[in-house]
Formats: sequence, C-alpha cells, structure tokens
Amino acid sequence: MTSPKAAATTDRMVEIRWHARGGQGAKTAAMFLAEAVLDNGLYGQGFPEYGPERRGAPMRGYTRISAEPIRRHCMIEKPGIVIVLDPTLLDSAAAGVAAGTDKDTVFIVNTTETPDSIKKKLGVKGATVHTVDATGIALDTIGRPIPNMPMIGALLAVNDVMTVDDLKHALVDRLSSKFSQVIIDGNLAAVDRANKELVSA
Amino acid sequence: MEQKLVALSGNEAVAYAFKQAHPHVASAFPITPQTEMMHKYAEFVANGETDTEIILVESEHSAMSAAVGSAAAGARTFTATSSAGFALMWEIVYITASLRLPICMALVNRALSGNINIHCDHSDSMGGRDAGWIQLFSENAQEAYDNAVMAWRIGEHKDVRLPVMVTYDGFIISHTADALRMLPDDVAYKFIGDYKPGYALLDVENPITVGPLDLTDYYFEHKADQIAAYAKAAEVVQSVSEEYGALTGRTYEFCEEYKLDDAEMVMVILGSSAGTAKDVIDEYRAKGVKVGLLKVRMFRPFPAAYIAEKLAGRKAVAVLDRSASFGGFGGPVFTEVRSAMYGRQVPVRGYIYGLGGRDFDLGQVAKVIEDLQKVAAGGKVEDVNLLGVRS
Repeated sequence: MTSPKAAATTDRMVEIRWHARGGQGAKTAAMFLAEAVLDNGLYGQGFPEYGPERRGAPMRGYTRISAEPIRRHCMIEKPGIVIVLDPTLLDSAAAGVAAGTDKDTVFIVNTTETPDSIKKKLGVKGATVHTVDATGIALDTIGRPIPNMPMIGALLAVNDVMTVDDLKHALVDRLSSKFSQVIIDGNLAAVDRANKELVSA
Repeated sequence: MEQKLVALSGNEAVAYAFKQAHPHVASAFPITPQTEMMHKYAEFVANGETDTEIILVESEHSAMSAAVGSAAAGARTFTATSSAGFALMWEIVYITASLRLPICMALVNRALSGNINIHCDHSDSMGGRDAGWIQLFSENAQEAYDNAVMAWRIGEHKDVRLPVMVTYDGFIISHTADALRMLPDDVAYKFIGDYKPGYALLDVENPITVGPLDLTDYYFEHKADQIAAYAKAAEVVQSVSEEYGALTGRTYEFCEEYKLDDAEMVMVILGSSAGTAKDVIDEYRAKGVKVGLLKVRMFRPFPAAYIAEKLAGRKAVAVLDRSASFGGFGGPVFTEVRSAMYGRQVPVRGYIYGLGGRDFDLGQVAKVIEDLQKVAAGGKVEDVNLLGVRS
C-alpha cells in the first residue's frame, strides 16, 4: 500500500498512545520503540499506565519521540497516533480509545475489519484510520497471538521515526539476549508483513 | 571517554549505578515501585557482574536493621524501598544517621497509605526529612543515575559519614524508559573509589562500641555534633558534584536553575515535574512572560541561604509540594522556602499537587504561572493552594 508519511518526526514531538489488553505486549512495544529510536539519533520516552495488572485487562502504554531530549513527564492527553492492539477495546467506553483525539489523530488498529468500519466505531470526525491484521500475521510468523512488534512495523508505514530495516536491526540487537532465534525470526517476518499489509481508508 | 547512550527505566539506571560501586552488602524487601530495581540488581549478582551479598529479609524494618549491622561492620551497603516500606523502616532510619553510617538508599517515591495507592508523591521521603539522611531528588533517569553514583562519594566522605537517600518518582521515572548516558564501569568505580570505613566493628585491632546507652550526660552533645555535620555535608555535595561535572559534563548544584537569571517569577519544584514545568515555561517565555524555575536537588541538608539568594528580588515565587503536611502551614518545601525567605519581601505561595500520582499536566503549570503573574501585579492568591484536585 502507499500512504503519505506523517510529518517528519524531527519537526515536533511524536506522541503515541497504545491500547491493549494485559499480555499482548503493549508495554514492551511502548518501551522498546522509545529505545529503538535512539539508534536513529532521536530521543524516546516510553511508559505504561500502571494499575491493577492482570492478563486480559484493558491497559494503555505511551511513547514519546523527539529530536530533542524529552523533558515532560506528564501523561499524553492528545496523542498524535493511537495504536490499538485489541479491536474489542473499541467497544468499551472505559478503554477510552477515542479520548483526546481529533481530526489530526492517526489510528492504527489491529483488526480484520476495514478502516471505514473502524472509523464508524471510533466516531472521530476526520481522523485517519489504518488497519492491519497483526494478530493473524503474528500467528502466521511467530506462532503466537502477540501483535505488538507487527504493530510497530505497521506504524512505520505511516511514520518515519525509523525505517523497517532500523526496526529489524533494533529487534535483533536488543531482543536476541531475551528470546530464541525462532521468536526473533518470527518477529522480523511479522514486522515486514505488517508494514506491507497496512490498509488505509 | 565514551558515555554510552542507552534507554533504561529509572529503576534499571539506579540498579546499574549501584552495581558500579560494587557494594559489599545489600538488604531489601520488595515493594512496588522499588521491586524492579532490586530485581535488576539481583540479576547482576546472579550473572556474576558484581559480588554483592544480598540479604533477603522479612520486612523493611529488618532490611534497614541488616543494613545498619552491615555498615557498622565496615561494609559498603545499600538498600532500596518505597512508601510504606520506608515508613516501616522508621525507627532504624534515624539510627542510621545518628550512628553516622554511610548507607545509600534508593527511595522510589510513592504515596503513603491510606487509602492504598501505588503511585508517586513525595510523602514518603518528606516524612523522613528530619531523620538525618542527605536527600537528593532526581528529575529523570539520568539524574537518578548520576545521583546514585555521587551518593557513595558524598556519604562515605570522612567529613560526612552520613546516609544518602537518592529519590526518584515512582512509575513516572522508575518505570519509564528514558534516554541517559552512563559512565563506563571502570571510570565510575574510579570516581567512587574503594570504601575505607572510619570505624568498623570488624576491625578487631581497634575495638569500638556502637549505639550504647546515651542519656542526659552526653546525648545532647552527640546530637550537637550531628547537627554540625550537615553544613559539612553540603560542602561535600557541592565539591563532589563539581568533580562529577568535570568528569561527565553534567553539572549539578544544590538546585538547578532554568531561565532564572532575569526571571521576575519563579517556580520552585522537585523531581520529575520540573521537566514538565520547563516545557510550559518555554511557552510563556515565548509570550514575553519572565518566568523561571528553581529545581531543588538537595532537600537535605536544606540549602536555605543558597535558595534565599537565588529567589531574592523576585516579584513572586510559587513553591510546589508533591506531599501534604497534614495540619501544617502548606507542604514541607513551601514551609522551608518561605522560612528561608523571611525578611526578603518576596511573596511566596504554596501549591500541593500530584498526590497519589495525580498527573501533573501542562495546564497545572500554566495555572501556577497565571497565579504568579497575579501575585506579581499585587493581586490576591491564597498562601497555600491545592492544584489539580477536583472540586
């Protein structure tokens, strides 16, 4: 697919909010992305929202990326990008997927539905919605329904904080000590596919 | 010298800094949000990266007691805790300072119960402000790391010999991946140096008594000695920070000034909120509002004269406390700053904010700056205000 890239990240701070359920890897992704952009000369800050932590419960993560050192430590109230790892959260008012968003917000949703259908559910006028079947891709490539890294691959189709190759280098550099080669290879394939299979409205 | 740029959580950064000192002993009990820090440290030990003896204890009271025994024996020692864990250490926290034991502690700031809350405020460290520990606050993971390296040099200095508490905001810093630069291990250890205790129970050639009965005859003289120690401690904080600045390029003083030179209005603040405030100060500066910031890094010993000098001649000062002193006149930082400003004719207002992790957002900073402008123009703002609380 082709899609216009978001404004170059060096111009202003990129603020991303992640919506997921506990166990889907959103915390890992939010913090990993903050770390990975360092290799590109950018600064990153990544943090989850902590509460009662349990598998399956709605949770949020946050990532800030900037060309300058990031000083603010407040919550992200008006995210430029919202990444949704679990589409069932779109039906939950409590999850607050649309909170603080407007026509300038870019949504990237892990779903098999179309961007138009998701856009209706979100109800955010003028917002840009992209979709990708990250869970399906993860099952095919990693063998487990962990959509976090594919969603970073999908993000890089519409934002240039780094290239997919940069992401793959970072995955190998920073995750090799923690995961088996099979899992790493699966993730590398997954980010490639998610990057190419992102569907735009 | 290459200082590697890494992204670590505050907890990981402090665990790394402590490892670089190769302490002989650590004793701790897990409590959120400190747990991850000791978890990381235990991993370093398990991987053979340092040979610290970790004592697993059954409570924080025991953690601090074990640390006292270890330090009195002559070992380089640290512990770490948060919130209620620190409160449970209470009795021994005073003993540590009174016995002049240079223990280092990472205090990951978290609200005190009740009701139960795991998020950040400063009521834990502020509750310990009179206990005799040196208290260094950190804005971000970089400062937490730097303070945790410097803490050993400060506390173990022969003219100081006091425990040092490095604080950083729970979750906001402890669990946030943030970019920071770290010293190479050998450079860090060279800066920190080997520990040579002044007195040690294990030095059997020179037997000493530690912590005996001390009644009306000498107790007060011993306390007078302790009171006098803090002026010296402040000097050593300054000299160690200068040396660290020369080594790393990151300079620290008792306080950090931000756009302070020509500031007519000043916010005084501690911890991670300072970074958020700086961003909003920039917005107001762009509009021509002369506002600046004084971030208190060293709260104990309290640099009263230094702060009074920095704030002298300003049109209005706002002091932000992330803790309440129940029944008191404003929060602890406000009380100290206003007292330090006695006779200076500078209006000082207090704000209590962020209790239990309530987000300190950009709007709250703006509100304080709007208030400061009002005070500077002679308008009325209450002495003590609650910021960011729903009515």
